[in-house]
Amino acid sequence: MTHSASLNPPGDGAVESRRARDLGLAALLGLVLLASMGLSLTLGSFPTPFGEVLHALATPQDSDIAFIVRELRLPRIVLAVLVGAALAVAGAILQGIVRNPLASPDVIGITSGAALAAVAFLALFGTGLSIHWLPVSALLGALLSTLLVFLLAWQRGITPSRLVLVGIGLSAAMGAVTTLLIVISDDAAAMVAYVWLTGSLYAAQWQDVLGMLPWLLAAIPLCLTQARHMDAMALGDHVAQGLGVNVLRSRLVLMACSVALAGAAVAFAGGLSFVGLIAPHIAARLVGRGFARLMPAAALIGALIVLYADLLGRVAFLPKDLPAGIFVSGVGAPFFVYLLYRTRVVTRG
Amino acid sequence: MPSIPATPPRLTGEALCAGYDARRVLDGVDLAVAEGKLTVLLGPNGSGKSTLLKTLARTLTPSAGRVCLDGQDIHRRNTREVARRLGILPQGPSAPEGLTVRQLVGMGRFPHQRLWRQDAAQDARAIREAMAYADVTDLADRDVDALSGGQRQRCWIAMVLAQETDLILLDEPTTFLDLKVQVDLLDLLSRLAHEHGRTLLLVLHDLNLAAAYADRLVMMRDGRIVTSGTPEAVFTADNLKRVFDLDAHVIRDPHGQALVCVPARSGRGPSATAPAHDARVAI
Repeated sequence: MTHSASLNPPGDGAVESRRARDLGLAALLGLVLLASMGLSLTLGSFPTPFGEVLHALATPQDSDIAFIVRELRLPRIVLAVLVGAALAVAGAILQGIVRNPLASPDVIGITSGAALAAVAFLALFGTGLSIHWLPVSALLGALLSTLLVFLLAWQRGITPSRLVLVGIGLSAAMGAVTTLLIVISDDAAAMVAYVWLTGSLYAAQWQDVLGMLPWLLAAIPLCLTQARHMDAMALGDHVAQGLGVNVLRSRLVLMACSVALAGAAVAFAGGLSFVGLIAPHIAARLVGRGFARLMPAAALIGALIVLYADLLGRVAFLPKDLPAGIFVSGVGAPFFVYLLYRTRVVTRG
Repeated sequence: MPSIPATPPRLTGEALCAGYDARRVLDGVDLAVAEGKLTVLLGPNGSGKSTLLKTLARTLTPSAGRVCLDGQDIHRRNTREVARRLGILPQGPSAPEGLTVRQLVGMGRFPHQRLWRQDAAQDARAIREAMAYADVTDLADRDVDALSGGQRQRCWIAMVLAQETDLILLDEPTTFLDLKVQVDLLDLLSRLAHEHGRTLLLVLHDLNLAAAYADRLVMMRDGRIVTSGTPEAVFTADNLKRVFDLDAHVIRDPHGQALVCVPARSGRGPSATAPAHDARVAI
């Protein structure tokens, strides 16, 4: 049984082979991701042969290599994968709900709310107070700003276009306050804030991974139960309702998942939400229609994007450790434009 | 009610008032949708026919009155349970890019499926039958958005058919289509009612097509039902004037039984122009 059964009715050869192809693709992406994680573990300011990495992972020992691999690289790599997957799924949900390919977690105020809260935290407490509270405050900021966007956009229900307009307006206002706070805070705090805004996995620790994981474990299964509802809503609200979808309830559940995923990702890794825009697009070009297929593919691609962006940031400009956000946008944006250009050529040609 | 339906109606609206924001569009409408018949809602733009259809389809919640499906308030029922009895096709639906015909028709099975319980064989049969009935089997693997308007509309109708509901509500299913395509679609829909016992309620714009295909006509103006009944009873010049403010003659198609309305051009009636035309031909 698959969740996409309603989109892909059984008993048809072409559909069966398509399904096998998509499964094969997901398996391939999963393998590529695992291999990339392995590669990433061997690279850094202190290159480590793969054998030593395996040895360090497999046996408990107190050595420099073991510390580098187990406490510095591995949590950072795992967090990159989780953050990328979360942002990609959050973006796929929003693009589906809003029925606009340009939607991303930015448009409903998730990123700007998290950014404002994080920068306010840094401005208030400086870099001195426990930095571990920064993700908590960023997550609260994301949830509160999204709630505010929802309340302002609510008009006997939620219409996607109104939600986006209110979201963009509120994001702009919060962006202004964020900039103001950075300008008036001291240099050290401003620098930390700036790196955070760009999006960085620098100094990620296991406790960050543990903070991120529950959100994914809660939201992704819930999203999968709504996958068929999402496919029905892609036909328009009235058709979906005619098919028996409780449109308002489904939309709220999916939105809540999206906010939780993107909010947590932004809280732990900062402004990387561009992943939420491009990963679902790349996934949609690889797999067939149907949200139950799109979601896993988008998650794997999002994970790969953030993993490689962070790897580049770590090793490309040694000894500098650059924020992953630079590469997510720097490499992702041209690639995105190329994808759009290519689709246009294909559909017109 | 001018005529008593043979079987008691399953879908009824009682004293319905509805509208958008402050504007009231429906003003106390009572309607019982006749079982196993094709009923057409007719009326000028803004008369409330689409609003009535949407209210009966539970898309709009009435501000007063209630819609009953099988004796229960439709707005209080589980929407998925309603969807197993009542199918709707809104006006001008649009399919997302890249969706194939088979996938679209398959969406009609949504109310019959559960995450943990799906009858694949039953679904496959319903989809196959719906596609065959709407004559879209040959298009099954094509993208919906690449088809012509008429083909696309047949695909949407196939989706509603795959839902396997006894009641089907369609909002302007033939608008913007060629006349031949409109006739084919209405043939298909009337066979559904007459050969398969489905109950259909349609909003149509074309008076003559409505008169030709409807078992019952419901004529609306300013949010109220002005008159309703068989075309024989209500498709009259008087009613067209009352409902549409249209000066027209109603004549009978000499080759069939259908009633046809011929608009009278303002200023000169058809009887005044015809002899002049004939005279010119004679010269």
